[in-house]
Amino acid sequence: MKKIVEINDYLLGTLAGGAADCVYWDRVLAKQCRLYELRNRERISVAAASKLMANMVYNYKGMGLSMGMMLAGVDKRGAQLYYVDSEGTRTPGKVFSVGSGSVYAFELGRRAIYHATHRDAYSGGIVRVYHISEKGWVNISNEDCSDLHYKYAAEKGNVGA
Amino acid sequence: MLSVNENFPEYAVPGAKQVRFEPYADNGGSIVAIAGDDFAVIGADTRLSTGFSIYTREQKKLFKLSDKTVLGATGCWCDTLTLTRLLSARMQMYEHEHNKSMSTPAVAQMLSTMLYYKRFFPYYVSNVLAGLDADGKGCVYSYDPIGHCERSNYRAGGSAGAQLQPLLDNQIGLKNMQNVTESPIPKEKALALLKDVFISAAERDIYTGDCIYILIITATGIQEEKFELRKD
Repeated sequence: MKKIVEINDYLLGTLAGGAADCVYWDRVLAKQCRLYELRNRERISVAAASKLMANMVYNYKGMGLSMGMMLAGVDKRGAQLYYVDSEGTRTPGKVFSVGSGSVYAFELGRRAIYHATHRDAYSGGIVRVYHISEKGWVNISNEDCSDLHYKYAAEKGNVGA
Repeated sequence: MLSVNENFPEYAVPGAKQVRFEPYADNGGSIVAIAGDDFAVIGADTRLSTGFSIYTREQKKLFKLSDKTVLGATGCWCDTLTLTRLLSARMQMYEHEHNKSMSTPAVAQMLSTMLYYKRFFPYYVSNVLAGLDADGKGCVYSYDPIGHCERSNYRAGGSAGAQLQPLLDNQIGLKNMQNVTESPIPKEKALALLKDVFISAAERDIYTGDCIYILIITATGIQEEKFELRKD
């Protein structure tokens, strides 16, 4: 399953919780963002997009929706990250800088997810990495965590572990 | 769910008998669909049951929605009937509005939103949609009861879905194997695998058995095939 949803060329959403809830509301958000673009002749900011999402799901608070998501994107104000969940929380997160160090960030992100898959029964499968810049998002890699396991094991010198 | 009266009768205390409305039934049944380069095959067993009793041994669970889309649906049979009737009505509305028949990916997305429409009182149905997409390529879509939709090349669903999927992962997805090369699955192999997989399901899942109906969807039309399973 794809847990990173491409809302538009400059906005990505991560999913956690109820799969149907996340995918459905991300689709609604994608529609809203596109309508905003057509009405205002400019792209929606990450702050505004995340607020649309938070307000939409807040209407359903207490009814059993289950979603925790991060909205990552680039707008006039630069790269931004927001956390939104079905309880109504919406907080801006750390702004990740773009630079030559980002290649290490890919590896860090990838490794973090890989190690999570090792101990968390609910995580696993494909580890996807995206990079978002002023020119939009680029998909860096989609690797099976089982392949990563053997790759990392080989790096440590454990053959066949 | 564990209940004192049913599971631990020796601990039951006399009191007012409570009767709750139970809107759902589990009528069992399994579906398997496999997509190839220019075809899709989908099979479902024909057993309709509740608990230890069988309603019928010849209930078809595959619905031909168009000449290139087939839906397999199992779970609560009454919800299946309602959902499929609504689905074909919506497909007719689309046809009248747009003057063309719906493509399989379009049906797939519509089914997802129709399931989510009942988010807070879901259709208790596990759906697998198979067909040919706009390019004539085989496609399979699978769903959870509230409308999460995923496109894949093979999928097992229904009561024995969790038992069958790993076999498909291994035999079609070539998972957990080393030194294998991926190649498109031929129709004959898909068909043989589908039958094998159902034989295994009938062996262990009491809700799967009797017969399977298989629909083979190609550009030239839909072929039907019947295959006998064990009936105990």
